[in-house]
Amino acid sequence: MLQGIAFYLLAATAVVSGLLVVTARNPVHSVLFLILAFFSSAGLFVLLGAEFLAMLLVVVYVGAVAVLFLFVVMMLDVDFLKLRGGYARYLPIGAIVAAVLLFEMILVSIAVVQGGATAGLTAPGAPSADMTNVEAIGRVLYTDYVYFFQAAGIVLLIAMIGAITLTLRHKPHIKRQNISDQVNRSAAKAMEVKSVQTGQGVSPEELL
Amino acid sequence: MDIGLIHYLSVAAILFTIGVFGIFVNRKNVIIILMSIELILLAVNINFVAFSTYLNDISGQIMAMFVLTVAAAEAAVGLAVLVTFFRNRGDIAVDDASVMKG
Repeated sequence: MLQGIAFYLLAATAVVSGLLVVTARNPVHSVLFLILAFFSSAGLFVLLGAEFLAMLLVVVYVGAVAVLFLFVVMMLDVDFLKLRGGYARYLPIGAIVAAVLLFEMILVSIAVVQGGATAGLTAPGAPSADMTNVEAIGRVLYTDYVYFFQAAGIVLLIAMIGAITLTLRHKPHIKRQNISDQVNRSAAKAMEVKSVQTGQGVSPEELL
Repeated sequence: MDIGLIHYLSVAAILFTIGVFGIFVNRKNVIIILMSIELILLAVNINFVAFSTYLNDISGQIMAMFVLTVAAAEAAVGLAVLVTFFRNRGDIAVDDASVMKG
């Protein structure tokens, strides 16, 4: 009973905030609703017994990706109202495609539940008593899926390198520290001894 | 009030549809399009986790983790491209992004 209430609450929040993500006028509101949608989905994951993924969703999405979106939205000085042009124009075709898609997916879902591989599965499989969700994931992640795990690391590395390469830029007129110049500098190259006649002084040309 | 697999699949289907709908109606705003893609991937993750739980097979959750990884990488690179595009053009309208058209 309580599980049902929790499910419907979380599902309704996720769906409504998902709708508001795509319809909100202000992109900052969109990002905030995206955070809400992810948070509700994390709640759904907890209901399903996938605690580790739920926490991962909160940490990775709410903590990193959504904040990244927020930064970019706030950093870019864009007239977002202008970008909304064509909203009404694409609304009918979008609604039709969405309706057909939803109909098809619900149909397939019902068919799978009634006659597919999961036929008759009305209750989730009993979680094993002696193993937590994290332990169960760890046992297969570092054995059966270790190459996929490494590949995921490489994907993240490449994404990091790509993002830095794309956004890093050196402005020419800004003075920066040049480490190799500093290291290669020696007293012989840096200093020059001039013998100046008494009372003569040094002209600026001589110094160069 | 018995919650079965079909309930979770329905929520995932609705979220997926919302994501596709968002791409359709916000065709000019890349930021909203990226957020819609995130919604779609979230719907996929819900499906993975729901099937993983109901089939009592942990592999689905591993797959959901990899989807999460790819989604995070995609968001980072996508936003980096967006920032670079904004620096070069002063705007983020997708319609203008046709410089590479031959």
